[in-house]
Amino acid sequence: MADVKQVTLTIEGRPVVVPEGTSILEAAKTAGILIPHYCYHPGLPVAGVCRMCLVEVEKFPKLAPACATAVGEGQVVHVHSPKALEARKGVLEFLLINHPLDCPICDQAGECELQDYTFQEGRADSRYLEPKRFNPVEDFGGDVLYVTNRCILCTRCVRFMDKVAQEPVLNVSERGDRATIGIHPEADLGGHAWSGNVIDLCPVGALVSKDFLNKARAWELDRTASVCPNCTQGCNSILETRDDTVVRMRPRANEAVNQYFLCDQGRLDYRWLERRDRAELPYVRAQTARGGTELAATDWDVALREAAALLNGRRARVLASPMLSNEALGLLARVVARTGGTGVFTVRTGDEAPLVGVPDLALRADRAANVIGAELLGFERREIGAVLDGLGADDVLVVADEELAGLAPTLPAGVRVLVVGTTVPTWAAGADVVLPITNMAEEEGTFTNLRGRVQRFLQAKAAHGLARPSWYVLGDLLAAMGDGEGYFTAADAFAALAAAQPSFAGLSYDALGLRGLPVADAERFAAEPALAGAA
Amino acid sequence: MGYPHPSHPRETPVLSKHFGEPEARTLKGWRDRGGYVALEKALKMDPAEIQTIVKDSGLRGRGGAGFPTGVKWSFMKPDGKQHYLCCNADESEPGTFKDREIMRWTPHALVEGVALGAYAIYASVAYIYIRGEFTEPLEQVRAAVKEAYAAGVIGENALGTGKTVHVHVHQGAGAYICGEETALMNSLEGRRGNPRIKPPFPAVAGLFGQPTTINNVETLAATPHILNNGAEWYKQFGRPDNPKSVGTKLFSVCGNVARPGNYEVPLGFNFGEFLWDLCGGAGEGREIKAVIPGGSSVPFLTAEECRTAVMDYEGFVAAGSMLGSGGVIVFDDRQDMVRQIARLCRFYAHESCAQCSQCREGTAWTTKILERIAAGDGVAQDFDTLLSIADNMTGKTICVLSDSCATPVVSGLKKFRHEFEAKLKASPNVVSFAGTATAAAAPRAAGPTV
Repeated sequence: MADVKQVTLTIEGRPVVVPEGTSILEAAKTAGILIPHYCYHPGLPVAGVCRMCLVEVEKFPKLAPACATAVGEGQVVHVHSPKALEARKGVLEFLLINHPLDCPICDQAGECELQDYTFQEGRADSRYLEPKRFNPVEDFGGDVLYVTNRCILCTRCVRFMDKVAQEPVLNVSERGDRATIGIHPEADLGGHAWSGNVIDLCPVGALVSKDFLNKARAWELDRTASVCPNCTQGCNSILETRDDTVVRMRPRANEAVNQYFLCDQGRLDYRWLERRDRAELPYVRAQTARGGTELAATDWDVALREAAALLNGRRARVLASPMLSNEALGLLARVVARTGGTGVFTVRTGDEAPLVGVPDLALRADRAANVIGAELLGFERREIGAVLDGLGADDVLVVADEELAGLAPTLPAGVRVLVVGTTVPTWAAGADVVLPITNMAEEEGTFTNLRGRVQRFLQAKAAHGLARPSWYVLGDLLAAMGDGEGYFTAADAFAALAAAQPSFAGLSYDALGLRGLPVADAERFAAEPALAGAA
Repeated sequence: MGYPHPSHPRETPVLSKHFGEPEARTLKGWRDRGGYVALEKALKMDPAEIQTIVKDSGLRGRGGAGFPTGVKWSFMKPDGKQHYLCCNADESEPGTFKDREIMRWTPHALVEGVALGAYAIYASVAYIYIRGEFTEPLEQVRAAVKEAYAAGVIGENALGTGKTVHVHVHQGAGAYICGEETALMNSLEGRRGNPRIKPPFPAVAGLFGQPTTINNVETLAATPHILNNGAEWYKQFGRPDNPKSVGTKLFSVCGNVARPGNYEVPLGFNFGEFLWDLCGGAGEGREIKAVIPGGSSVPFLTAEECRTAVMDYEGFVAAGSMLGSGGVIVFDDRQDMVRQIARLCRFYAHESCAQCSQCREGTAWTTKILERIAAGDGVAQDFDTLLSIADNMTGKTICVLSDSCATPVVSGLKKFRHEFEAKLKASPNVVSFAGTATAAAAPRAAGPTV
């Protein structure tokens, strides 16, 4: 790419240097200037139809659409000149004349580009004296509702399904102001694993999520940079919480992983983060008055001491969840090493569902975030039925947040059980010690995706009960076993991992940022050329 | 020839010379009338040479925009790529029906022009895109193409010259916008007929992404005559003081006129003489009030303006309108201009492809306001709103459909404002009861109107 010619131009008085062929709209972004637009989206082919991004280019006879006009050497572009502002004001008026003013009941309100730009530079009053056009709401299938009246016909959804999903089930039907988004008579959006993206792409409230419908106003949400934990792709995401409750997950742009997209499976599978059957307190097994035993709540110091005592002189057979962070798995690996034990994990799988228009992006068959992290840290992958094979009567089974869903194994008599998890599985109810940890929405950490990319997720909400972050608990457990002094921040835990594990060498939270970096030996995980596509 | 009326002595029939002669429709009849001589001559020439002759002749696009044809052709270089010629026979501009007559009466004239044009731009394939409603022209052109193929006039070894020119006829589905050249290409490709963003221009990436030239029926039909008679011959038609507009042009005349029909006159003809002498004026006991001289997308001329206007690209611009497609629509003194303009806008609102915001919403909004005014419910602020909408609709969209809708509104409000004002509701705030007071007598109150 070094031979691409650079073009210098002036946008709003600021000098901008960008590669030849860049659009004025993208060039303006590099100078921190947002040119208002609707139909343009960096992840979609250019349509140039909303005419919102009209800018004044000196020596051009007419206003130019910034999305569809390539930069030229020496161009002088005015984004906020009276002529350009007047044109955008005109577009906003046209888009609003038939748009219902139902913002108070619209899910998009607060994150609506029509609202934002109208507030910014639209008319304060309406000159429209005619009746507004009406069309009923349609169910587009999947998670998508089409509120026809709010549609501004930007065609982002049509282009996404046509060119990115490559399943063209949407179109523009009819002409003139009768036009609406039409759907294939025999297929709907429910048939495509990535169709929910049209909801995010819609700049107004025309395509809304059934799942999120009427759940929260946009301004009530707290947004946290995260990583989708639902498969090994590691799509960057935003976890949105209202009053400490996760109510929505949306994609966060990352060119190297998921561009602008998130699959439906990923975006809709967040409710487990709000489970109520959680391990809330540390427990140790204690005598009851009737001579039996029960798990009795205790404090953290006691529980950690008991757990360390349990592991003293016994081999730790760690059953780890591939949903745990690199930090937690790294610390568990140290427990395994110290006790001469073993570490295993199992992965729930499903059908792979690629997003055809984006290279190397798919809902992956392995439905867990950190399969590669677990493998890199020495955990052995096993079939779910064989995961507990070889468990000896003198071992300590460390159940690290793994419920073995659908399986109710009978543990060999005499096996001692330490649960380090968000829940206590029914089959592990006989545990000796329970150390409650937080789930991924409640703690900070990193996952390693299937291409060996280490990506951070941040804490989106408060911990449940007395649960503590996994890296904190395991750090303290190791300390109680005489290994180190625990960690006060996730960054410290990660630094320890980077120091100990060659794959993670050289990485740090600062270096990872919010886009992630590949592990040292990431070339092992490169996609096959056919999969990598043009990228 | 103002077919079906007898030809007027002041016409200059070149393209329309054989209108009304059924024998001219056959290959033999066309050959008897000098047909396919030019094509044979052309196929033995270097395409660049043909481009030069057409450039020298001064022929300009007859579809409406008036772009010099030879210049357009010269964009096409022998670059080894597959080139295409598209003949725009969609003729959907209201008031225009000249191409229809060329195709009905002299289909071989078109086939010859298309084959010649295709060869001149290094295209081995040409498409004739005929609007869906043109059933008879479609039939004639299809028959002519079939006949020409069968006789070896076109095809793999056209006229025995070893050159390949394929001509395909495609029937449109009846959308005005498919007469826009990029929408036409989309439609040909089997897509929705939406205009494309330019650049890339068709000469770079047109039909199926290949270099493409799009020419109007009348333009292509004129090229064999130019090749037969030379560029100098063609240049004689026109006024001496304006070498930019030369050649003969077909004008379709309709509306409140004594003798409607197609008239072929040299460019530079006086519009007053044309309207009143050739076409016979508005007819018995009527006066012409307004004329649209170049298809529904160009501004109105008043009768006064018509008397002195000159019928060529520059002359009509000087008079305040445009030559456009040559579709002359005449309105006499009985016509309600508000209703007429509303009707025109309704057409554009119906035909907008719905891509650009300004066009999709603006054409419909304009129509609703005009229809409200026409129904007697207009308010004074409507005029400002209409002009403001028109301004927002002009020069801001992918194609010019939006501009075309704004044009009659702006020129109508300028030239016939009194008719609009006469229709306004006397007082928007006062409810007048029958028998108590006339609306006109009620005071005009300020304040909110709705």
